[in-house]
Amino acid sequence: MQFDQLLQFSLSGLSTGAIYALIGVGFSIIYNATGIINFAQGEFVMLGGMLTLFFLETMQLPLWIAIPSAVCVSTLCGLLFERLAIRPLREATPINLVIITIAGSILIRGISMLLWDKDTHSIPSFSGDEPIAIGNATILPQHLWILAITLLIVGINRFYFYHTISGKAMRACAYNRRAAGLVGIDVKRMVLFSFMISSAMGGVAGIIVAPLTMTAYDVGIILGLKGFCAAIIGGMSSGLATVVGGLVLGVLESLGAGIVSSGYKDAIAFIILLLILIIRPQGLFGKAESERV
Amino acid sequence: MIIRLFSAVVALCSVLFANTVFAAAPIKIGALFAVTGPAAFLGEPERNSAKMVVDEINKSGGVKGRKLELVVYDTAGDPTKAVNLATKLIKDDKVVAIIGPSTTGETMAVIPVAEREKVPLVSCSAGGKITDPVKKWVFKTAQNDGLAVNRIYEHLQKTSHTNVAILTVSDGFGSSGREQLKAQAAKHGITIVSDDTYGPKDTDMTAQLTKIRASKAQAIICWGTNPGPAVIAKNARQLGVKLPLYMSHGVSSKKFIQLAGDAAEGIRLPSGKVLVADLLPNSDSQKKSLMAFVKDYQKHYKAEGDHFGGHAWDAVMLIKSALEHGGDSSASIRDQLEKTKGFAGIGGTFNYSAHDHAGLGKDAFVLVEVKKKDWIIVK
Repeated sequence: MQFDQLLQFSLSGLSTGAIYALIGVGFSIIYNATGIINFAQGEFVMLGGMLTLFFLETMQLPLWIAIPSAVCVSTLCGLLFERLAIRPLREATPINLVIITIAGSILIRGISMLLWDKDTHSIPSFSGDEPIAIGNATILPQHLWILAITLLIVGINRFYFYHTISGKAMRACAYNRRAAGLVGIDVKRMVLFSFMISSAMGGVAGIIVAPLTMTAYDVGIILGLKGFCAAIIGGMSSGLATVVGGLVLGVLESLGAGIVSSGYKDAIAFIILLLILIIRPQGLFGKAESERV
Repeated sequence: MIIRLFSAVVALCSVLFANTVFAAAPIKIGALFAVTGPAAFLGEPERNSAKMVVDEINKSGGVKGRKLELVVYDTAGDPTKAVNLATKLIKDDKVVAIIGPSTTGETMAVIPVAEREKVPLVSCSAGGKITDPVKKWVFKTAQNDGLAVNRIYEHLQKTSHTNVAILTVSDGFGSSGREQLKAQAAKHGITIVSDDTYGPKDTDMTAQLTKIRASKAQAIICWGTNPGPAVIAKNARQLGVKLPLYMSHGVSSKKFIQLAGDAAEGIRLPSGKVLVADLLPNSDSQKKSLMAFVKDYQKHYKAEGDHFGGHAWDAVMLIKSALEHGGDSSASIRDQLEKTKGFAGIGGTFNYSAHDHAGLGKDAFVLVEVKKKDWIIVK
């Protein structure tokens, strides 16, 4: 195995992994605020891509307006989803809510299929398609965008959760909802915020990957599952642990496909998921009883 | 619901005016297409084309003065559903022949029904096993994958690129292509030096391509349907892979060029002639059918007709010509279908016989290349 090849496998893996990381962080934010796994997370990724396409092609807007508009609309969808599907249920158990998110994901997928179409679409790269050489390996400018935006968003998250009142309030909900409510934190509003933040992040993830991977009404399923894997590896932390989880997953997939056999690419991801759940359910980096935000 | 109501009205009318209406009752043809679900890219153009050609036939006076009526059901690509709907077409709608289904899996599931009920089935899917061995009541219009492989290998042989890497998608289409690629390699003096696969929803294939780049391959053959091959084209460009890249007929539509953008330039693939209809010489026997299909499709749907739609066009036209040559009973349609000779359709020139219910030769495919976002024919 040559060094060049290993370098290329790792670079490809890191850039795919950054996408998984961004989606994974979305999973964990909602998990921490509400205790549920939002299986509709992947659909917000799809919405980000499809909405950008809609604003670009149907509304004929330039890319720099289309992108914020798409993020806004997918955030709005997250808000509506929480208001219409999650909040109306009183005394719902987490399992009920998880099933509702699955139903929600099917609904969002179906509506998108009817609103747009069943075809795959591509959107243009943010800054061209000329490959950048690193040693004998190459990456695209879009990969740098993905890495940079992922790091930026994780940075903003960190700032929000540790240095703002509402971020701290959300962490308080994660520790103990009841106690948070008793000291005057509006737990319901925090839940709403968590849905808005993670749908916005999902949307961003969908937009930055669409130039590379293309987008269609059904891309959310598998991306959502990979993001979920990343979150599990990171122990459902909404900080660096999930990012590292995503990157590890991406690199292992890429190395697996390159060195072992490409047929086992998805199997590798899900074997890691199973191993983590069996051996270290608290995540690769977590202590048994750890801070989760 | 509306269809049912309509057929109820038709039934009522034919009872009331038995003598007068009976002679002009429409000939019912059933159709099963995967209009939704994963194979919608096949089913949708097929349904559109079938409806369109039946409309056109009826507008120009029908067959022997009788109108055709197309009863279409959506199978969503599900074999179980396809079997139920096929039974429904035969028992409830009393169709004389069935067009479709869209995928090989569904067709294989429906074949026993058609054989048992003795209703001719003209499948629009490509799998070779549909008509090999020959089944009495089953025909097909889509070209065998083997013919496409043959077209690529002939060209590779001519350009003496005999070491190839294959990269196939891990679904039904890809694995059938992979089998054919491996089976025909020796015959054409081709050595497969690298054999990789990718998942239908994979978003990055640089790992596989890096591996291929390090192998001794002189050309890459990729077998899949959108969007995978477009991702592969982009990845190959990113990695600076200079090897000639061949795709399958699974991506032979403008959509592929749109998705892959600049990365599509120079890619070659075998395709049905419909893609390059206007480039064909006037002497080509299929040209008249092809131009009519392309023009009609543009008029009806404001979109380009592709060769998937062409499979349904061929199926309807074959049944129409069988009806013209014989009666309207299922048995007569079957016998006349089998006698079809030199029918120049969209997929190729059909010659059915008692030993061949696929009916196409290797001239069904041309090799095309992407140049300046359009297709040219590779000589």
